[in-house]
Amino acid sequence: MIKAILIFNNHGKPRLSKFYEHYTEDTEQQIIRETFHLVSKRDENICNFLEGGLLIGGSENKLIYRHYATLYFVFCVDSSESELGILDLIQVFVETLDKCFENVCELDLIFHMDKVHNILAEMVMGGMVLETNMSEIITQVEAQNKMEKSEAGIAGAPARAVSAVKNMNLPEMPKNINIGDISIKVPNMPSFK
Amino acid sequence: MSPSARLQEMIRVIRSARTQGEERGIIQRECAEIRAQFRQGDNGVRSHSLAKLLYVHMLGYPAHFGQMECVRLIASPRYNEKRIGYLGAMMLLDEKQDASLLITNSIKNDLCHSSQYVQSLALCTLGCMGSAEMCRDLAPEIERLLRASNSYIKKKATLCAVHIIRKVPELGELFTPSARSLLSEKNHGVLHGAVVLITQLCERNPDTLGQFRKAVPELVQIMRSLVTSSYSPEHNIAGISDPFLQVRILRLLRILGHNNDSASEAMNDLLAQVATNTDSSKTAGSAVLYETVLTIMDINSESGLRVLAVNILGRFLLNNDRNIRYISMTSLQKIVQTDHNAVQRHRGTIVDCLKDQDTSVKRRALDLSLALVSAVNIRSMMKELLIFLSTCPPELRSQTASGIFNAAERYAPSKRWHIDTIMHVLTTAGGDVRDETVPNLIQLITATSELHCYTVHKLYRALLKDISHQSLVQVACWCIGEYGDLLLKGECEEIEPVEVTEDDVLDALETVLQSHMSSPATRGFALTATMKLSTRITDNVDRIRSIVSIYGSCIDLELQQRAVEYNALFKKYDHMRAAVLERMPVMDKNSPGHTNGDISGELIKESETSKSKPAETGFPSESASQKVCDLLDLLGGPDTPSPAPAITPPTTNSSAGDLLDLLGGLEPTPVVPNLTVYEKNGLTLKLQCDRQTETDVTVTLIGSNSSLSDITNFTLQAAVPKVSLKMRVRMSFSHQGTLCQDTVQIDSFPSDVLNFQPSFSPL
Repeated sequence: MIKAILIFNNHGKPRLSKFYEHYTEDTEQQIIRETFHLVSKRDENICNFLEGGLLIGGSENKLIYRHYATLYFVFCVDSSESELGILDLIQVFVETLDKCFENVCELDLIFHMDKVHNILAEMVMGGMVLETNMSEIITQVEAQNKMEKSEAGIAGAPARAVSAVKNMNLPEMPKNINIGDISIKVPNMPSFK
Repeated sequence: MSPSARLQEMIRVIRSARTQGEERGIIQRECAEIRAQFRQGDNGVRSHSLAKLLYVHMLGYPAHFGQMECVRLIASPRYNEKRIGYLGAMMLLDEKQDASLLITNSIKNDLCHSSQYVQSLALCTLGCMGSAEMCRDLAPEIERLLRASNSYIKKKATLCAVHIIRKVPELGELFTPSARSLLSEKNHGVLHGAVVLITQLCERNPDTLGQFRKAVPELVQIMRSLVTSSYSPEHNIAGISDPFLQVRILRLLRILGHNNDSASEAMNDLLAQVATNTDSSKTAGSAVLYETVLTIMDINSESGLRVLAVNILGRFLLNNDRNIRYISMTSLQKIVQTDHNAVQRHRGTIVDCLKDQDTSVKRRALDLSLALVSAVNIRSMMKELLIFLSTCPPELRSQTASGIFNAAERYAPSKRWHIDTIMHVLTTAGGDVRDETVPNLIQLITATSELHCYTVHKLYRALLKDISHQSLVQVACWCIGEYGDLLLKGECEEIEPVEVTEDDVLDALETVLQSHMSSPATRGFALTATMKLSTRITDNVDRIRSIVSIYGSCIDLELQQRAVEYNALFKKYDHMRAAVLERMPVMDKNSPGHTNGDISGELIKESETSKSKPAETGFPSESASQKVCDLLDLLGGPDTPSPAPAITPPTTNSSAGDLLDLLGGLEPTPVVPNLTVYEKNGLTLKLQCDRQTETDVTVTLIGSNSSLSDITNFTLQAAVPKVSLKMRVRMSFSHQGTLCQDTVQIDSFPSDVLNFQPSFSPL
């Protein structure tokens, strides 16, 4: 069972925190800090498995993490999960985010936290892996987004207009019009005085 | 403004804060605004505010005032609001909150909703934070969805069922029939969920496990189709077809095949096929292969398959990817007990991993190396381990040191090697060894009398080099004190001789005494050693006298006491000094002075025979030694019988004379093994004899309480006569409020040579 999924940046600021077991709010924040502390100490070419910190279950639980550019993706799992499998799962998660957000970066995660939660909800439910097929996940997420948009009503009109313009397929406007070499005879007009 | 613009606006404002204090201020303002919007706004505004609140919650600020809003939003008919409401419920609510009960009805309604996405929201929330009551209420609904819905909902319902079973294990029976039928689904998501559900059911209930064993052929079929199928783009990860599902099925097969021959046989072929056909160049393939290996080792597989599995693990050890090396060592650790020889073949690789840069890998390699040490490879392994000890990270040092000690104790090829090894460890990692090392090493040294000269020379040299490691210094001081005369003689076969004068030795000890690095215990050792040298050296006794008198006014109480007593030995009791400071006899490892002997019947209680001996030499002797008896006579103790050579521990002497009246009329009779000598009132006394050497037998009296209530105030007295092999034991204890006293005479002791009938008589 997956106990928690955490995403935080190189300075420890949480970008996503999902707990599948109940902890108080204080404990949750402490767990995030402790995990960041443990994971940030690790070298680059060291293996991706760690024993869990004391707050999240100690040596019974493992931390499996991957470091992408400025973000750490950390899954805290117990012994019933395959460690190498979870590494692959993190990869699938990141690739799904990439497809949904188009070249995802940290800012996308910051400003669309609810969307990230929705994507995650299609992959992991109740601490168990739900779906690992990327195209299936993306299909479902897009269908749900469509449902949301259709309900948005009048309030959503400007947003839809913007996205409609973005998606509009305008023909290529030629940058310079070349009519060919026309020699225009300019008549000699007497200068007016 | 579009729905998320307000959230994004707030995020932008929060990010623009430059200090923590500024951020707190902004968040407080935003929370106030959110609260106002909750009070007055309509549902549309409410959902935006809740989204903002969830962001604030993620950053770590209190957000409990949003709980009721979640409930309200979940009840709304619009999908937008439901979605954010459910997300809020998962993040803010938990089963301890009362508000969570309020959403049960909404979830129930949503489970029957026409839109599958609303259904999925409800399932997701129930699966994440459903309490036991909610699960009980909604279980029939979930079971219905398991059977009759589209695959999207089915897979979510399956995992929801897993959560329900975790919370309320009794409901497992409700899901068992549908779980079995789910195995025939084609959709991988549903299949995956079904396997997880069946795994959970089997782990909880052994009867269900038996039922699902019949499904093994079906599972084998599914696996086979996955392994041999052609490339299918949707499930493919690095060339493996749905590795997640494969791993799950393998895990379930492991549980079903464990300790069951027929099931194991059914999967043998499949496991062989997977093991040989899977490409392990990428992580996905390695994950499947690794799971296969674990399954092979855990079921009753045939030996050829087991060898294949261990070889795969060995191949993993040579992999470049550290993750894979770490994983393979973890699993080798699990099987090293059962398949020791197979793992031994990979010993070289494992020992090489000790030099890896990764601490996690080093830790695993250390555990495994210590498990692989045997009498055959002890010398080479110890070399590697000692090199590792000098370069290993500090957190692994004490584990390495204790591991080395255990291995050395069990497999030491010679005493000299053993002593050398312990000394090496003490010089390299003296600060990380346990406290028992010092007495253990001293005991080992005294037992090896032929190496006393060699040992004391080595220790002296180590002392000259470095006095910072307390354990080494303590042992060195003790040895110099004991065997100082051998040190001064200068000659020794095993080490090049060097000229050591008495002044040199006393200088060394004084350095230890005066150094800031020495702990109080170490200084005590040094002082006693100095004192002992007064009988072993000839010229500088005055120097010793002056050292001792200086410390008579030391601030440290322990040192002061010792110095004063030694002073007294010089002045008033000079005639006794030679006898008191005699060479120590060989100590037994299990003697009560060595461990903290305990009165409640475990070992026969020892009396203090050496009250006036200096502090740390209170060990009673084991072998009958003439000098000990003379000493007792000298101290004017009561007339003690000398210990009969065939039995130990030595006799009690300073107990009151009433013991002696126990003796009388005892006749020698032959002996038998391990007998119960007393069994009454809940107290059982057993006698166990172990023959240690030709002439020594250790007799252990073990007392145990077989009744339900406590036995208190237990005292035991034992007496043995001078010549014959007998013992009288008197005990008194309180049991259930009554005081019981009894005496037992043991006429016969167990022997492994003769096999006679027991004969003892209670008096």
